[in-house]
Amino acid sequence: MPEPALKHLLSVDDLGGRAGIEAMLDLTDSFVEVLARDIPKVPALRGKTVVSLFYEESTRTRLSFETAAKRLSADTMTFSVSTSSVKKGESLLDTVHTIEAMGIDGIVVRHPCAGAPHRVASWSQASVVNAGDGRHEHPTQALLDAFTLRRHRGPSLDGCRIAIVGDVKHSRVARSNVKLFDALGCEVTFVGPPTLMPERLDGWPATVSYDLDDALVDIDVVYLLRIQRERIGQALFPSVREYAARYGLTSERASRLKPDTLVMHPGPLNRGVEIAADVADSTRSLITEQVANGVAVRMAVLWSLLGSGGPVI
Amino acid sequence: MHASDAAANEHAPATPGGGHLFFRAGVFDPADLRRAVTRIAHEIVERNHGAADLVLVGLYTRGVALARRLAAAIESFEGIAVPIGTLDVAFYRDDIGLRPVQPLGPTEVPDVAGRVVVLVDDVLYTGRTVRSALDALLELGRPRAVQLAVLVDRGHRELPVRADYVGKNLPTKAAEDVRVHLSEVDGGDDRVEIWGPAEEAKRDA
Repeated sequence: MPEPALKHLLSVDDLGGRAGIEAMLDLTDSFVEVLARDIPKVPALRGKTVVSLFYEESTRTRLSFETAAKRLSADTMTFSVSTSSVKKGESLLDTVHTIEAMGIDGIVVRHPCAGAPHRVASWSQASVVNAGDGRHEHPTQALLDAFTLRRHRGPSLDGCRIAIVGDVKHSRVARSNVKLFDALGCEVTFVGPPTLMPERLDGWPATVSYDLDDALVDIDVVYLLRIQRERIGQALFPSVREYAARYGLTSERASRLKPDTLVMHPGPLNRGVEIAADVADSTRSLITEQVANGVAVRMAVLWSLLGSGGPVI
Repeated sequence: MHASDAAANEHAPATPGGGHLFFRAGVFDPADLRRAVTRIAHEIVERNHGAADLVLVGLYTRGVALARRLAAAIESFEGIAVPIGTLDVAFYRDDIGLRPVQPLGPTEVPDVAGRVVVLVDDVLYTGRTVRSALDALLELGRPRAVQLAVLVDRGHRELPVRADYVGKNLPTKAAEDVRVHLSEVDGGDDRVEIWGPAEEAKRDA
């Protein structure tokens, strides 16, 4: 089975369905092994330069990509909007042309507008990775979640029942994850208040529930989305306390889960809102592992885009 | 990674013209191959005055199988179980970006500090894989010495690399391909064959 010939990773769709996703997850195993060595670094992308172009605040995703690039011996540059010429009014197009003129091979883009990485990819010779665009997609998050889950449930996720709980409407993680989980044979249920569900869910490979206690019966994985506190003022739910009571994974709800049900969260956590602190720190929580696996998954992605995908000669 | 990937990787660059290759000659049959492995095992022990400090490190895919066979042979006449390691050199290759390169399997090497490491591979050709293997190995520890054992040395070196133990020196043309079949990797009988481009096969026939 050949590896997918990837130029950009803008959406989960670029991975080429189940076979391509599984090839990427298999490749990630190689990098987990590299990261466990005394010298957790290989010269695979020596001489390549990767720029992180972040138009939104982020610590874990940016550091995870930069660590991944450094572990592959690529050079990294960081472009953060708060200290850059964007403050002086430079457009995205001009910024991309400017950094591309410095001779780069990969651009990792995070942007508040859906589709911005697609635009960057259309302007640039470099490979582009979408590190989160608006409410659209966050494909490396979906990959690292599936990889983490596979490590606990074996190579096949067929029939795995996953509840994605919270603000589905505004979540790029929900969009990428539902596509990727569905491609791997999982059954996904979205859970949340109607005000935080998309108006239309036609064509989404997921069922919808508005009652968390109903949805948690016999569930294998509870995937909690972060409640973005800035939404509170938009009258989408009455109060943080009411949200936590109806849709938070409280200690009491966690105690009713099957013993082997796993809990995941893309971070950063709002402890006491979508997840109780003791549930986040319990043995069923994979949250720390998700972060750890993020580096290996992003190494696999950067390697696929910049290393192995060259033309056959 | 799957065995089919490994085979595709190893044989992909061997057809410079991109055409199909045809069988030209058999070099080893199962008995020849067994004798060559046995002789190399004896030479390794002789050269190192025993097997106490040895580590055999096989390069994916068939080097790993050959390292296991060498260890079994050494154990049969020395009574020492020589530790075996596996090494994937994909991330150390110098042709990354020039052709598809995929990892072949997990690198698992026992402690090599102060020991004599024998790298094991099936075919020695340009020497570039061995160069990658030296880089990969030296990041895992500092062996006292590194030696190289190969089943077939087919010439055409592009780097100053020399094997310490050779099953057979086999002069070849660059357009030809040396194919090593090992039962535990490829199924069927053990054998080593030369394959070449069509026009030469016709001329010889």
